[in-house]
Amino acid sequence: MTAQSQAAAARADDVWKVYGTGEAGVTALRGVSLSVGRGRFTAIMGPSGSGKSTLMHCLAGLDTVTRGEVFVGDTRVSGLGDKALTRLRRDKIGFIFQQFNLLPTLTAEENIRLPLDIAGRKADPQWWDTVIATVGLADRLRHRPAQLSGGQQQRVACARALVGRPEVIFADEPTGNLDSRSGAEVLGFLRDSVRAHGQTIVMVTHDPVAASYADRVVFLADGALVSELDDPTAEDVLDTMKHLDVLVGAA
Amino acid sequence: MLRATLKSLLARKLRLVLSGLAVVLGVMFVSGSFVLTDTLSRSFDKVFGDVYALTDVGVSAAPKLDVGEMDGETAPATLPAAVVERVRAVPGVASATGLVAADGARVIGADGKVLQSFGPPRLGENWTGENELLQLRSGRGPQADDEIALNADAAARAGLAVGDSVGVLTLAPKQQFTLVGTFGYSGGRDSLGGSQEVMFTTPVAQRLMLGEPGVFTEITVTAADGVAPAELRDDIAAALGAGFQVRTGEQLAEDSAAGLQEGLSFFTRILLGFAAVALFVGIFLILNTFSIIVAQRTRELALLRALGANRRQVIGSVLVEALVIGFVAAILGLAAGVGAGAALAWAFGTFGAGGLQLAGVGLPMSAVVSAFAVGVVVTVVAAVLPAIRASRIPPVAALQEVATPDRPLTAISVAGALVTAAGGAGLALGMAQESLTLLFGGVLTVFIGVALLTPLVSRPVVGALGRLFAWSVPGRLGRLNSGRNPRRTAITAAALMVGIALVTGVTVVMDSAKSSLAAQAEDAIKAEVMISGEQTGPRPPTFDAAVLERAAAVPGVRAVAGVWNDVAEVGGELQYVNAADDLARLADVYGATAATGSLATLRPDQAVLSTDEAAERGLAVGATMTVQLAKGEERTYTVAGTYADGDLPGSILLPAAAAADFGIAQPVLGFVRLADGATVASVLPAVSALVADSPEVSAIDRSAFIEQQTAGFDQVITMIQILLGLAILIAVLGVVNTLALSVLERTRELGLLRAVGLGRAQTMRMITVEAVVIAVFGALLGVVVGAGLGWAMVEGLSSEGIDKLVLPWQQMGVYLGLAALVGVVAAVVPSIRAARLNVLGAIAHE
Repeated sequence: MTAQSQAAAARADDVWKVYGTGEAGVTALRGVSLSVGRGRFTAIMGPSGSGKSTLMHCLAGLDTVTRGEVFVGDTRVSGLGDKALTRLRRDKIGFIFQQFNLLPTLTAEENIRLPLDIAGRKADPQWWDTVIATVGLADRLRHRPAQLSGGQQQRVACARALVGRPEVIFADEPTGNLDSRSGAEVLGFLRDSVRAHGQTIVMVTHDPVAASYADRVVFLADGALVSELDDPTAEDVLDTMKHLDVLVGAA
Repeated sequence: MLRATLKSLLARKLRLVLSGLAVVLGVMFVSGSFVLTDTLSRSFDKVFGDVYALTDVGVSAAPKLDVGEMDGETAPATLPAAVVERVRAVPGVASATGLVAADGARVIGADGKVLQSFGPPRLGENWTGENELLQLRSGRGPQADDEIALNADAAARAGLAVGDSVGVLTLAPKQQFTLVGTFGYSGGRDSLGGSQEVMFTTPVAQRLMLGEPGVFTEITVTAADGVAPAELRDDIAAALGAGFQVRTGEQLAEDSAAGLQEGLSFFTRILLGFAAVALFVGIFLILNTFSIIVAQRTRELALLRALGANRRQVIGSVLVEALVIGFVAAILGLAAGVGAGAALAWAFGTFGAGGLQLAGVGLPMSAVVSAFAVGVVVTVVAAVLPAIRASRIPPVAALQEVATPDRPLTAISVAGALVTAAGGAGLALGMAQESLTLLFGGVLTVFIGVALLTPLVSRPVVGALGRLFAWSVPGRLGRLNSGRNPRRTAITAAALMVGIALVTGVTVVMDSAKSSLAAQAEDAIKAEVMISGEQTGPRPPTFDAAVLERAAAVPGVRAVAGVWNDVAEVGGELQYVNAADDLARLADVYGATAATGSLATLRPDQAVLSTDEAAERGLAVGATMTVQLAKGEERTYTVAGTYADGDLPGSILLPAAAAADFGIAQPVLGFVRLADGATVASVLPAVSALVADSPEVSAIDRSAFIEQQTAGFDQVITMIQILLGLAILIAVLGVVNTLALSVLERTRELGLLRAVGLGRAQTMRMITVEAVVIAVFGALLGVVVGAGLGWAMVEGLSSEGIDKLVLPWQQMGVYLGLAALVGVVAAVVPSIRAARLNVLGAIAHE
């Protein structure tokens, strides 16, 4: 193992994903290799159908790969059974989905504690206070999701992902359903948790502004990695997106 | 619109199956009841047709008392032998044979026990040779006074073969005979409808079965060639004069069958009562399913509204769906009912009535009509409320997220309270007026009222119940889910409540009655040893009256009193009467004192009544009443005294002389009072030895006697538990249904939970807890409502002598435990489904 791979929080090695078989088969990923740096905020970008969500699902162990290998930390994800995958998700991975992140029957606090409760772990009280203070939910903890705004709900989801200090947090279009102000709040909060607390985050998005919050943006087109940017601005991202066709052709 | 409905219906096949299953089961019960009784009734018709096929005309004396099928066999009146000669002399008669046939010939099997019958008669007859119906299977017919022949089924069940020595109990004490032959019937049958037949020689049959030499019960006549039976009948009737029943063979078959029909129709009514309960529970299930369907289809229905469908069309769309489900379920239920009815008839024929040859299974119109009426009507009625709710969905709902806010429970709870009160009033009125319809209606109305109140109760109770499982995360999630939709939880639980409440209510009443009677008997009966047997047929078993005298001679016995029992017509109504060999002795042995008048030894024209019986008949000491016994002429008795209910056995006690005219003139009970210093242990063996020849009865101590006399209550409870099992089964389907649909509704939630690390086993546990909480909640409601109903009934029956309320805690605990088990079972399929969900697919689920 190289020094770089040891530092990776999640890694894909020549990952192929084919849906269906034979002539009807659709290839979603074609030999993607990606290493997600520890303590970094990585964005995966690409147009619809580029395979960005598939890549994230494979990295997170939600979907199986057809060929290649996926690691989260030191754990080889490909080939794990349901039990081990469940434990991996529970202990090493945090999730933030685009919508429907919370259980309507539980309060905000119970939702945040859910993964810890399932695992039978206790939250570190200091870290708990930090997370709650950062997401600004101290006075909303007893509310149920239906009593919270969309932005607040997403912040609860972020807190839930963070509170277990997972190896890596996967966020799938976390701002897709929010207005720009709430979205900016959530993104700023994600970036702060990387900067201040060394959390690793992988975010899938198609929004250049959202991507500009990341330390590194990788571009996917037609199931292949075609480009990447470090510390990008929204304009850089938009530019690259515009030229993706050319890049695909070059690749 | 119709096409949209049907398409949506077919798209949700699982839903169709689940909601249809409840209707199928209910319809199956109803149509099965009809098929069963139709098959049995036609089978018995055939039996009677065969029995009388060889008889052109039958002559008998009119019985003194016509006893219904449920109360045992009618005691036959006798004809002197001279009548046979007179019949034979009538022109056109080819042959006239005197027959003896009377119930009460009890064969003792190879195991020393009396061969039991649970309804069909145990006939003692005279052997008149083989004929087209009756054919010897082995040996020959009886020729000597100590020989008998038995029908093949009875011989086989008794474990007897030709050459064996057989004890037979008749009017006389046990006598030994040699079995010289077995016989069967045309068509290879071993018995006719389960009847046992013992054939004696004619004089023996007359002596043992009728107690009188030279008399017959019936004369069977065959007509000479070319003489029509009806003509011959009229000729014979004219020749004999009044006082005889002269009927053609056909008439005889019809009359005999009619008596049995009465019993069968009673049976049908009981089965239909339980079918009604099952369907009532089915209504809850269908109502719930349609409510869920409408909730799930909110957007679809709103879209239809937005596209211009009016409210009536929306209602129509839901009702058409109900109609289709009801129709399909009725067809399936009918098919299943025919199957179940045929299977039960077969079981009855094979195990119940020893080789009843079944007529082919038919499809009576009543089964078809009731299947469709019940299936379609029940489904449509259950769908009306959800349909109306569906029509109220505003078109704008199509555009919104499906988040129908919880409607307040005030209106439904107020309605529930009112309906419960109305049901309670119906119950009280039904009890006061002794109207079973009002009573039953009241109970059902109470159920509806409680079901309406259930959502209100469900929040706190389900919360509290759920806390039992709160120690684990899946448990807590399950508990929260079960409290999520109070209406749905409530109606699912209410369906379970109905069956369990009925079982609990019946158990409370029966247990209360049993222990009240036991306590009264314990108080009232002073006798220490009883001679008595367990009653399995319509009448209690009897024993030889001589046993009473011999028991009195046993050292340590102070006095013995015997009681005879029969059905008689008193003041124009049939009712059970008792006779005492010596009332004064009975009062002494039993420990009774007169309420009014005296309990001294009765003169042959005196009787005593219980105070209630006297009050009901408006009779006081010195008044008279007319009694027609099974034999002899109608007689008038003067009331000599009255006694408090329960102080003496039965409510009417006749003098010793009356017992001779009872259908079976043998005592059913013997009471033994010990002398000072004697113990039960020292006397019991000697008394037991006296009844060794009557295996149906035994000598037992007081507590065993009370247990024996109240054993019937336990049998009723068991029977009702079995019959209500179907209602409970349907309720379980309801739990499965609710869970399956909940799992479907919460697919995304389940995906999320799995994504954040909930394991498969934990997912299953979560669903199971939800099911268990709902089921236990339903059982708890059932136990509480059932205990309440039982309490109300016991209160109402306090004037009938049921003065003790017994709550069957143990059984109630068992019901709760069973409910928990039901929850676990109901959760199996839905939880496996939930655990197998593909996480990604679930999250993306729309």
